[in-house]
Amino acid sequence: MKEQLKEELLKLIERNSRIDLKELAVLVGAEEIDVVNAMEEMEKDGTICAYHTLINWEKTSIEKVTALIEVRVTPQRGQGFDSIAERIYNYPEVRSLYLLSGGFDLMVILEGKTLREVSSFVSDKLATMETVLSTTTHFILKKYKDHGTIMNDKKVDEREMITP
Amino acid sequence: MRNPLSDTIVQIKPSGIRKFFDIVSEMKDAISLGVGEPDFDTPWHVREEGIYSLEKGKTFYTSNSGLKELRQEICNYLKRSQDITYDPLHEVLITVGGSEAIDIGLRAMINPGDEVLIPQPSYVSYEPCALLTGAKPVIINLKAENEFRLTAKEVEDAITDKTKILILPFPNNPTGAIMEKEDLEAIADVVIKHDIYVMSDEIYAELTYKGKHVSIASLPGMKERTILINGFSKAYAMTGWRLGYACGPEAIIKQMTKIHQFAIMCAPTTSQYAAVEALKNGDADVDMMRESYNQRRRFLVNAFKEMGLECFEPFGAFYIFPCIKEFGMTSDEFATRFLEEEKVAVVPGTAFGDCGEGFLRISYAYSLEKLKLAIGKLEHFITKLREEKAAKE
Repeated sequence: MKEQLKEELLKLIERNSRIDLKELAVLVGAEEIDVVNAMEEMEKDGTICAYHTLINWEKTSIEKVTALIEVRVTPQRGQGFDSIAERIYNYPEVRSLYLLSGGFDLMVILEGKTLREVSSFVSDKLATMETVLSTTTHFILKKYKDHGTIMNDKKVDEREMITP
Repeated sequence: MRNPLSDTIVQIKPSGIRKFFDIVSEMKDAISLGVGEPDFDTPWHVREEGIYSLEKGKTFYTSNSGLKELRQEICNYLKRSQDITYDPLHEVLITVGGSEAIDIGLRAMINPGDEVLIPQPSYVSYEPCALLTGAKPVIINLKAENEFRLTAKEVEDAITDKTKILILPFPNNPTGAIMEKEDLEAIADVVIKHDIYVMSDEIYAELTYKGKHVSIASLPGMKERTILINGFSKAYAMTGWRLGYACGPEAIIKQMTKIHQFAIMCAPTTSQYAAVEALKNGDADVDMMRESYNQRRRFLVNAFKEMGLECFEPFGAFYIFPCIKEFGMTSDEFATRFLEEEKVAVVPGTAFGDCGEGFLRISYAYSLEKLKLAIGKLEHFITKLREEKAAKE
């Protein structure tokens, strides 16, 4: 029961983190106190890591460049990929870091102000790490969809106003 | 000049919804809560399957009964959801929406003078379709105090020796009422006792919020006297694809197929291919939509409670049916003033039968944001009405 409540809450706030607790309680059909407790519990145990906002930066005057960088590394004895991953993710310009199966090991998602900034990060910081064997940088040209949201999705309700 | 028209059709009243539709469509900036179809798009994998079938050149007629694969999938679905076993070769017909199934089902079964029991408030087409067959519609007025469920006594009281079919429209449009297993068992007893048939319109079967839907056809002795009607419009958000089906005894389906063959030929081929995909891989989509409707439903039930607007809690479809009798005006007056003064369109309960007087149908096939906006306006409006009333007294 409690797990089911948590699951439904997570699905709702994943789409809309601004929804208030009172409204959440109405939507899931639970007491407000139970919702408050469940949310607190999930914040404490790290199920809910942070509340973010999805922004379409193209609509602003702020310039941003995002790159996906494939990185091949030599895993280290006793530590696997974790220590090299830590050295990479501690850079604040690294937005995301994933360990992957397949042709390369780590996927770095990097955000910089300019192309030059991103490329100098790759050549100065990333490629020079001793365990890094190679890097391949892909610049993002256009963002169509992010976090389940289609950018520039202007949906109009095309239904008739009244139908039986 | 000679009168070109049929007396029968001229005598049928136009849909009560039509009048309201004309007023609303004049207003450009009105918010509507008047829609009887999902706000979701058809799931992409279903649409994609339709597109793929077109690319593959599947653009011909299917057999009159519909694609065999689709009939098989429908039987699988009814087996897993209701535990009813139908023979896909002889007991299933694919139709152009559930609406066609209602029409040809009645035409296949009615002799002029037969009586058809129609519980109201309910969907607008049962009565006209019955009239077109020469049947005598007998209206059963459902009661708010029963949460608009049909009772065995109401059926018993309406039955005569001419009664042939009982229409069973649950989960119900416009009230949102459902019939649970015990309710249906009581009805089934009466139906069997009087040897009549049931046309069970279960188009909203997947949209219930208090346990799973139960079909009357799943009860002992009922499969052989029930035409089960369902379709893809509501569960899979496929209204524009126009696809439904009827399942029932071979003898009836055979005659329905005959009418369908002459009047329609076959249901749209593209839609049929898409529907196969919907039944095979669409359960998660239905779950997602159901959960979303349920959240909106709870939001409205709570909002009405806070406003002090009388309303029973609906457990089916995507409608809520509040009572507006406290304001001392008709449903029509209320809906018209609400539209004029607040620019929100709802449907007067009377569009679904005379006993809908004093009620409104509010659809929650809208995003929460839109519902919040409209409910804010409703609250504003009824506060105003209550003040007007207090000033008069």
